[in-house]
Amino acid sequence: MMMHNLSVAALIKGLKNKDFSSVELTQHYLNRINKSKLNAFISVTENLALAQANEADLKIAKGDNTPLTGIPYAHKDIFCTKGVKTSAGSKMLDSFISPYDATLSHKFNSENMVMLGKTNMDEFAMGSSNENSYYGPVKNPWNLKKIPGGSSGGSAAAVASRIAPFATGTDTGGSIRQPASLCGITGLKPTYGRVSRYGMIAYASSLDQAGPMTQTAEDAAIVLNAMAGFDNKDSTSAAKETPDYTNQLTNSLDGLKIGLPKEFFSSGLDEGVEKVVMHAIKEYESMGAKIQEVSLPNSMHAIPTYYIVAPCECSSNLSRFDGVRYGYRCEDPKDLDDLYLRSRSEGFGKEVKRRIMIGAYALSAGYYDAYYLKAQKVRQLISEDFKKAFQSVDVIMGPVAPTPAFDLGSVKDPVSMYLADIYTLSVNLAGLPGMSIPAGFSKELPVGLQLIGNHWSEELLLNTAHQFQLKTDWHTSSPIEL
Amino acid sequence: MSLDKKQVKEIAYLARLSIEDVELEQSTSELNNILSLMDDLNEIDTGDVEPMAHPLHMSQRLRDDEVTEENLAEEFQAIAPKIGKSHFLVPTVIE
Repeated sequence: MMMHNLSVAALIKGLKNKDFSSVELTQHYLNRINKSKLNAFISVTENLALAQANEADLKIAKGDNTPLTGIPYAHKDIFCTKGVKTSAGSKMLDSFISPYDATLSHKFNSENMVMLGKTNMDEFAMGSSNENSYYGPVKNPWNLKKIPGGSSGGSAAAVASRIAPFATGTDTGGSIRQPASLCGITGLKPTYGRVSRYGMIAYASSLDQAGPMTQTAEDAAIVLNAMAGFDNKDSTSAAKETPDYTNQLTNSLDGLKIGLPKEFFSSGLDEGVEKVVMHAIKEYESMGAKIQEVSLPNSMHAIPTYYIVAPCECSSNLSRFDGVRYGYRCEDPKDLDDLYLRSRSEGFGKEVKRRIMIGAYALSAGYYDAYYLKAQKVRQLISEDFKKAFQSVDVIMGPVAPTPAFDLGSVKDPVSMYLADIYTLSVNLAGLPGMSIPAGFSKELPVGLQLIGNHWSEELLLNTAHQFQLKTDWHTSSPIEL
Repeated sequence: MSLDKKQVKEIAYLARLSIEDVELEQSTSELNNILSLMDDLNEIDTGDVEPMAHPLHMSQRLRDDEVTEENLAEEFQAIAPKIGKSHFLVPTVIE
């Protein structure tokens, strides 16, 4: 049976009807992971997975289960998992066995879900191509010469190639949506504060948010149900009630007001990508949605704003890696300063060092006002643009990335890499929820459609995405490679 | 604003990173290219705009002052590079 082509929703039914056990399902995915050439995983936790699946089967037999009990998943290697290596894609944490569980790991464990392994990622989630991983780049399953996107590249490639039913991701500037788009899967970045950040290794604390990476929007809703909620252990977690995200999926889109930001369709957008996006918009029109132009004038300043705010927060967050209490320590330090200097210089990769340095500079005496404070003010303007737009529309749509996946090793200069984040960054700066859903192909590579909603509008986004997937089958196509 | 090699070395040291001399030229030009992206912001009038520190404008939540953490000293020491009896070991700081 082709179990791996089933959505999470279908796997839940299969487990319920005893078409297969969790152990059979888990073994099937582990076999596929073993055959995979994508480098999507940093660690495969085979024994743990089979033990968890066995326990899940016992729970199911006793009727002591939740819908997700026994469902396997791939966990981005940024979430702390007790007793399991948690590397964040860095040499710095290559030997780090987490002594505690992230809230998200704890939630999944308490539902007896089955962790297949930890997925590859750009080091400390800094990157858009997964080429910044200490463990080597992930390959795009649609074309092994292409990047999968980043930073959640391993998670996206794993779901696209059906070696995991779903995966977790984190999104600081597009790290769920962009790889989801480039690998042809569904990815949701929830509103800032919706999913606990406790035990999720921090990159930029005012932007980081975890979310589901799945085949379908329905699956994203099911998984978000297990992820979302207030957490006392995360001081930025929102004390807000969590709805059942599957409740509104079937609502009609008749009369839905969709805004297209004119700035998202200007120069720099690949023709093939634009064609796919416009075709998807037409599909929405045929479902009764009303399309109108909106303007987000300051969103074009998202790149400099993000690349000040995020590095500043990163330089502060990553100062904890000092070679003293855990993580990498250099050989034979001659004094404390040498220990700090060499442990950090040898433990961090190039892009991480670059961002730490930009942050250290932008926060240093004399430059704080010109860079950090200025960026925080522009961040406010970017956020206000969205506020205005959402007075006249329900959902904003546009491209996720300016081009389909590019060749591995082809973008060498950091600035060119940063420029490709243009359509995703402003969503994080404003703390809004955003999605990428498969909308077609350009040059035989998948292209995603971006859906942006107002704060706490995940239900509407999932509804909007689900209705599209009822009318189209882009989300069901999967690559041959694994 | 443009950085010279000496400044780049100083910034690296501020962040406790060292840059090899062979990498200095390239690092300096990369950082300057990135900083030139930021010049774009100077053209925006941000007169009396409030800086935005939190995407939801939330303030820090406070909790009751009670012990919530368990004592995990052993687990934490088990993953440390070098430990003494009840402490983490570093090279001698005070002779």
